[in-house]
Amino acid sequence: MAKRVPDFLLHHDGDSVAVANDDLQPGELYGLSVKEQSEHKAVLNHAIPLGHKFALKDHAEGEAIIKYGIQVGIASAPIKRGDYVHTHNMRSYRWQASRA
Amino acid sequence: MASKPRLTGYRRPDGSMGIRNHVIILPVDDLSNAAAEAVAKVVPGTLALPHGYGRLQFGEDLELTFQTLIGTGLNGNVAAVVVIGIEPKWTERVAAGIAKSGKPVATFSIEGKGDLQVIADAARVAQIFLQDASEITREVASEGDLIMSIKCGESDTTSGLGSCPTTSQAVDRWVAAGGTVFFGETSELTGGEHLIAGRCIDDACRRAFQETYDNYIKVIESTGANLLGSQPTQGNIAGGLTTIEEKALGNIAKTGSVPVIGVLKPAQAPDRKKQGLYFMDTSSAAAECVTLMAAAGAVVHLFPTGQGNVIGNPIVPVLKLTANKKTAGSMREHIDLDVSGLLRQEYDLTKAGDMMMEVIERTVNGRLCSAEALGHREYTFTKLYISA
Repeated sequence: MAKRVPDFLLHHDGDSVAVANDDLQPGELYGLSVKEQSEHKAVLNHAIPLGHKFALKDHAEGEAIIKYGIQVGIASAPIKRGDYVHTHNMRSYRWQASRA
Repeated sequence: MASKPRLTGYRRPDGSMGIRNHVIILPVDDLSNAAAEAVAKVVPGTLALPHGYGRLQFGEDLELTFQTLIGTGLNGNVAAVVVIGIEPKWTERVAAGIAKSGKPVATFSIEGKGDLQVIADAARVAQIFLQDASEITREVASEGDLIMSIKCGESDTTSGLGSCPTTSQAVDRWVAAGGTVFFGETSELTGGEHLIAGRCIDDACRRAFQETYDNYIKVIESTGANLLGSQPTQGNIAGGLTTIEEKALGNIAKTGSVPVIGVLKPAQAPDRKKQGLYFMDTSSAAAECVTLMAAAGAVVHLFPTGQGNVIGNPIVPVLKLTANKKTAGSMREHIDLDVSGLLRQEYDLTKAGDMMMEVIERTVNGRLCSAEALGHREYTFTKLYISA
């Protein structure tokens, strides 16, 4: 029973970032949350490769980034909804010396 | 007609079981690698385990090297051991630790004889060990006889979404059937260590876990180093993982949902009467971690990967699975199970777990995994501090 292949996956509803389920181009996307199996929509601002992340909400600099329903880092620069999220705008909260 | 047993293995004199039947040529130290490899060359069915240490270590660091060597010999996948060292005292010490299992063990030391004499003498014994081992037959086994270990590597975000949850299915099923599983990677719990602490079966276990975790992290943090590129690795970052916390939550996604029943030191074997999920204090470097877990008795290893790690172990089949469709294609010779269909919603996690169990059973029963077929035999020691 193959379902529609989601463009992106998020672990939990409420996560502030999602994962590209394929190499993605900017534009409207269809997504699925793994835990709740609920459908999501998003607009991606940048091309990103399979497995990389983008923001599902705006983040101010210093704001927590949530994945798996848990904080996985903080925004090291302001992040807009739909933006690519990686080492250029996100860093560890626990290991503050670890930064790009 | 009797139906085919689901799991089979080789019973050892001490009651432990393994799924491979190796005769190993074990060097005590780096200086003895050449002789050990030469013996394995003239008796081709045997397996040399070269490594880089064993000289001028002291204290706890030396004890861990002994424990690793002895534990390797005690592993259920090993039928017999030829131990070769530069000098007799430490060689005898390693051999005595293995011999208490009742397995055939022979020792040779090089000082006063030279490599060529030792190679000739050791090869004669290795040949007999190999022929004797070839007569040991498989018996019916159960999960309770076979220790499994898990560790992921070159992880990416697909690990936390697919290959690690699939491994979790196997962990829960193995433990529910009476088996034991090891997980480790102490630093790689950072950001999710409270989840592991919350699963510890009692306060003593929780205290032991927290103390182990805190001590490891203290060493890392005391350096003040920027770990980006080391933990997470450059491969992790290329795969989309940004922080240690994000990587840790993916890592923890492979540990099942059963309680953590004990905390083990590196290479420490668990109490065989207490079956379940154990945390072992280990490095997150693949070969170090798998070597320590093998030395504690693990006979089969599950290795979820994202970007594609190629690791194997000389005595333990290291089964690799990935949910990254690119890796499953570009590195297919290293991948034993492709679960990328999980991310495409082609099947659910229970079905992925069924697929995993089938691969585990076939491997247990003798099918070579990719790392074995490709000759990946990484045998890597954990060093705790400088040598004298």
